[in-house]
Amino acid sequence: MSLDNLLSNWSQYRKGHEEGGFHDYEHRWGMAIDLDICTGCNACSTACYAENNLAVVGPERFEKGQAMHWLRVERYWDQSELDHPEQGASFLPMMCQQCNAATCEPVCPVAATYHTPDGLNAQIYNRCIGSRYCSNNCPFRVRYFNFYSYYESSWPEPLNMQLNPDITVRDKGVMEKCTYCVQRIRSAKNKAKMEDRKLEDGEFTTACAQACPTNAIVFGDWQDENSQVAKLWKKHEVTRAVTKQNKDNPEKRGYRIFEELNIDPSVMYLERVREKV
Amino acid sequence: MYNEKDINEQIAWAKINADVLRSMENPRKSYWVAIVICILMIACAVFAEYIQYTVGMGPSNLNNPHMWDMYIATFVFWIGMSHSGTLLSAILHLIHADWRKPIYRFAEAMTTFSLMTAGIFPIIHLGRVWNMYWVLPYVSDRGLWPNFRSPLVWDAFAISTYLSASMLFLFIGMIPDLAICRDNARGWRKKLYTVLSLGWSGNDRQWRNFRKIYLLMACFLIPLAVSVHSIVSADFAMSIMPGWHVTTFPPYFVAGALYSGCAAIITLFVLLRYFFRFEEYMTLPIMEKTAKLTFAIAMVWTYLNLIEFSSVWYGHDIYNKELLIDKATGAYAWVFWTMLFCGSVVPFALAFQKLRRHMPTMFVVSLLLNVGMFFERWMIVAPTLSMSHSPHQWDVMWGSIVEWAIVFGSLGWFGLLFLIFVKVFPSVSMYEVKEMVFHRQRHLVNEDAATKFHRRSDDKTTTGEPGLEGA
Repeated sequence: MSLDNLLSNWSQYRKGHEEGGFHDYEHRWGMAIDLDICTGCNACSTACYAENNLAVVGPERFEKGQAMHWLRVERYWDQSELDHPEQGASFLPMMCQQCNAATCEPVCPVAATYHTPDGLNAQIYNRCIGSRYCSNNCPFRVRYFNFYSYYESSWPEPLNMQLNPDITVRDKGVMEKCTYCVQRIRSAKNKAKMEDRKLEDGEFTTACAQACPTNAIVFGDWQDENSQVAKLWKKHEVTRAVTKQNKDNPEKRGYRIFEELNIDPSVMYLERVREKV
Repeated sequence: MYNEKDINEQIAWAKINADVLRSMENPRKSYWVAIVICILMIACAVFAEYIQYTVGMGPSNLNNPHMWDMYIATFVFWIGMSHSGTLLSAILHLIHADWRKPIYRFAEAMTTFSLMTAGIFPIIHLGRVWNMYWVLPYVSDRGLWPNFRSPLVWDAFAISTYLSASMLFLFIGMIPDLAICRDNARGWRKKLYTVLSLGWSGNDRQWRNFRKIYLLMACFLIPLAVSVHSIVSADFAMSIMPGWHVTTFPPYFVAGALYSGCAAIITLFVLLRYFFRFEEYMTLPIMEKTAKLTFAIAMVWTYLNLIEFSSVWYGHDIYNKELLIDKATGAYAWVFWTMLFCGSVVPFALAFQKLRRHMPTMFVVSLLLNVGMFFERWMIVAPTLSMSHSPHQWDVMWGSIVEWAIVFGSLGWFGLLFLIFVKVFPSVSMYEVKEMVFHRQRHLVNEDAATKFHRRSDDKTTTGEPGLEGA
């Protein structure tokens, strides 16, 4: 964002959010997560730790709420109104929803978080000064802050050999969050470009979707009509840029979390079907 | 009941000079004790900040929902404290309330020093302090700018503008007094005041220019003060969090700011009056006026609180309503009720004239008011974070000793600056007290003449005198 750019594109800059940010998205990465087949096994979370060099903070700091799990499987037990307490917890894999009108973006004082032409909500670690406003303004609370420096404590030798070389290890004082495995997106895009072809659906996927034993997580380009994720969104009649989905048909289980806040998340969840006792 | 004057018109000008200059000399033992205590408090904070700087933000107990806590609350508290100095010196100056004259100087110093304290907090709360200048729009080869949409950037502009403007205002208003000091000082003080008084000789042209610039600065500062705290409130109001996304936040913050600032003025009023024996200048009627002002602001603050609660209650926004109920009944309930007690019930002590005139009571009451206002800021920051939209991330967090040490140390920092100020600069404006005495004397003379004149024109029996109509 240079001053020239700001002045020449002022009106476009101002209206960017209402009209969906970038007008010519290359891709719009999205997800569909079927809670009906999620078993809550946490494989996605573990895969995320391995893929994205997430620090393991230890039990005390986890207890204090300083954990760094970009993808957490939330458990909800108390659902007495649903009439099935004996059926156990409900699971909700929760990661950054890559909102199209992300609330974290406008509040960052140094523009360390911004929207990419891929429809991703990107975080620039080098630019972050750690004011933590983005996290405060995130209704999902999926932004994680490096409260300590973890390089030595989390990966003592020889564990540092298992770090993913494609991405960095973040130091203290920096905010981080789920990137939809942006390093995989980049290398797949580069590969397709080198081979002079279009990126195909299913060519690559995120670590969590790859690790999910029941294929509950589906990742893909929402803009590509033939992608699995776009088909799922269509099948369940979930549309973007609305604050409430039409829920007349019980067969259509799709919904987006906190979409009433007008943040336009990119993850569609499919409701869990539970039989009445 | 009590019918005294704000100030005794018969004080000789030389006595005013002597009294104020005396307050700047020969510090007592208690002064040095206070200085040492302040330095020790600062040392606590520096040590805590050293830990935080080297280890990371972790030791302060901040965690995922509670990304902000006491640092931001204390920041808002000190910013708020700074507002009443401007109220006293600029607003009351414009509306010609001359009772402000003996007490505005220290209030203005308080403004500057509390801003200097407040400015530290956004910096130390950063995860990467060493990169703090990235918030400012400096020229960079990479063409990188701060994000002008972020209220934190507005903060940086607002606070630095307000700090520099209020420092200038304090300094400009002090120039004639510094000249008096220069004429009466020796040694290093003489050199200091010679430089600072900018060659003031008190001639006609200097006074005229001085009046103009002082008025100009006053007019400039008033909108600035209001906008600064509105912008601080935007840090919260611009977010989408329940309890923060509130339309009334800007006036609410400004009212709270004036409130805590007036309470702090009362505290320092009592202290200066006692330690410097300023009974003749910081008189009981002036204290009464300050207390009444504080009471009025306290009621405005209470009213705005009620508006906020009722709009949440009748708004039926599920997140906001849950949060309000949690504030009143949850883990932070004791803070919430202490805030309401100190902020809305204790000020009723100011409604009683007997209490208004009793210095120890006023001292305790003013401290309680500020405790209430500190808790108010805490209640703005913490409960929202503890109970935002996502129920999985609900959490109650209490700050660690590291966090509290820095908050505690900020009191020492403010205290140290203020203690140095009162011994180096005149804490009562000498030239303006003289003005006040002079104008009141003139007023008395005019009043005498006016009563004589009216008696004459009303008196129908004395026909020999010419009436007004005949003239």
